[in-house]
Amino acid sequence: MKGLKIIVLAKQVPDTRNVGKDAMKADGTVNRSALPAIFNPEDLQALEQALRIKDQIPETTVTTITMGPVRAANIIREALYRGADDGVLITDRRFAGSDTLATSYALSLAAKKIGKFDLIVCGRQAIDGDTAQVGPQVAEKLGIPQVTYVEEILEVNKKKITVKRRLENGVETLVAPYPLLLTVHGSAPECRSRNAKLLMKFKHACTPAELVREAEDYLRLHDLHDYLDITEWNVDDLNADLTWLGLKGSPTKVQRVENIVFTVKESIQVKPDKEGIDGLMKELIAHHNVG
Amino acid sequence: MNNVFVYCEMEDQRIADVSLEIISRGRALANEIDVKLEVICLGHKLNGVEKELFEYGVEIVHKADDKCLNPYLTMPHASLVATIFEKEKPRIGLFGATSVGRDLAPRIASKLKCGLTADCTELVIGDYLDRKTKQTYQDLLLQRRPAFGGNIIATIVTPDTLPQLATVREGVMKKEKVANPRKGKVKTYNPEEFLDQSDLVVKVIERHIEENKLNIKNSSIIVAGGYGVGSKENFEILFELADTLGGDVGGSRAAVDAGFIGRERQIGQTGITVRPKLYIACGISGQIQHRAGMENSAMIISINNDAEAPINKIADYVIIGDLNKVVPQMIKSYKENIA
Repeated sequence: MKGLKIIVLAKQVPDTRNVGKDAMKADGTVNRSALPAIFNPEDLQALEQALRIKDQIPETTVTTITMGPVRAANIIREALYRGADDGVLITDRRFAGSDTLATSYALSLAAKKIGKFDLIVCGRQAIDGDTAQVGPQVAEKLGIPQVTYVEEILEVNKKKITVKRRLENGVETLVAPYPLLLTVHGSAPECRSRNAKLLMKFKHACTPAELVREAEDYLRLHDLHDYLDITEWNVDDLNADLTWLGLKGSPTKVQRVENIVFTVKESIQVKPDKEGIDGLMKELIAHHNVG
Repeated sequence: MNNVFVYCEMEDQRIADVSLEIISRGRALANEIDVKLEVICLGHKLNGVEKELFEYGVEIVHKADDKCLNPYLTMPHASLVATIFEKEKPRIGLFGATSVGRDLAPRIASKLKCGLTADCTELVIGDYLDRKTKQTYQDLLLQRRPAFGGNIIATIVTPDTLPQLATVREGVMKKEKVANPRKGKVKTYNPEEFLDQSDLVVKVIERHIEENKLNIKNSSIIVAGGYGVGSKENFEILFELADTLGGDVGGSRAAVDAGFIGRERQIGQTGITVRPKLYIACGISGQIQHRAGMENSAMIISINNDAEAPINKIADYVIIGDLNKVVPQMIKSYKENIA
């Protein structure tokens, strides 16, 4: 019997954790170009969980799916460098403006096209939206159960998986058969680093769209090695119904966006010495803020 | 038909605080658009749960009581909620933005092919003009949430599909009983009629829920520490100040990530939202993500060695100095001056 067939869903995101002064434009919209595009952190942790299963069960395969512009192929390569077997980039202008519902529709079609998977693993949420919706919505569209906020895989075999999940006030251990979707919580272990050999092997891996821009000797390299071809699917490849895609397929609309400008209060400076702090504490006691 | 629905989260036999908060807000929304407030309550041994719900102005309680519904599992709850929604066709459906609500609501939205806004901090009724079609939609649910790592506040609407679904952050809405509660109706469901064997394949084999759950959210005084506190040991002085003042200790995400303090005490966008009488921020720079969780505090004191820390701008009192000297002095001054 073969190993497990695992799909990892990953997203390329702007790094919202290190937002500098130039990250917001004067009109209050986000200046995406000022932010580096990174592998969504929890998706990277999800990849690690998939790779750990691959380490344990021989013949397990790990396929990364990402949806985004052509440059999102970087996500597929990053996953290859760490031990994934292959990857699929879903890219098409007609996906633009997709909210979580439309995104999960596209991802679920890609998973169906890959077919016969045992496990889908993804991060709990992406740092640019923090919605935590795409995982459960993909599971629903595929008609499979989900276990969210996974922190650790306790036991895995070819029939079922036992995981520990992190809740806001505790932990839970669950057991589930396949097919199954897991979302991985930020408290799970970090992903292993790139493997030097894999980096050498896959550094020229690219999608057909990227390949046309490359020099000729590079094309020859691709002719020789099939593993350098990253699969690319568009709306037609997925046989997707346009009514469920892009802006049209997205029920949520943004009415308005406000840059957070917090009101500056008139702060009172207190000296960090006995006298200053004594004065402050007396005032707090007098006004019943404390005591 | 067309009513406001709230999914009521149960912690064994107790109604979760977040659900009562959302029910209170749901009551106000239902009044504004002149519809009924209904609640879905799924669990085990739920005798009399409706009594408490009626006190908050709930008019109809949809209830299913079965072993397979406690503890919460995605599939049975999702199947039942989707069935009830398909039948009752709500206009608005609200869930807590908790590990339960955020697991459940997206499945419902996917099943019903409708919009869902995560982690709302404000819900109001208002109109929406679609700039492209020039069509105005009246009395939509305007769903406001921090987005893009908390750097912006977005107002989201779902004009064309029903129900309008949202998950709501814990602690941002006020729990309020109604002045003249009335006895409402109860509709009971037998899960066996609605659940399929495939809904029951995932099994819980162990659960560790911290019994005396920390209640920082309801604490009127909070002493919070950030990365600037420097170490786990240095946090002890914050605990001492909190003990002295009768408060609780919280931490910023940076302090939690650095292992200075437990995740259950994290305050901010990805942690707990608090609104105490007094918030003492020690060594917290005050990134937007943190401020989102505490800026509604009645009074803020910032202790920081950086005069430029953003938190100082929203603080009522700013003490520029070494917190390892300032905090002990505060404890001393308090003890000397309290009658």
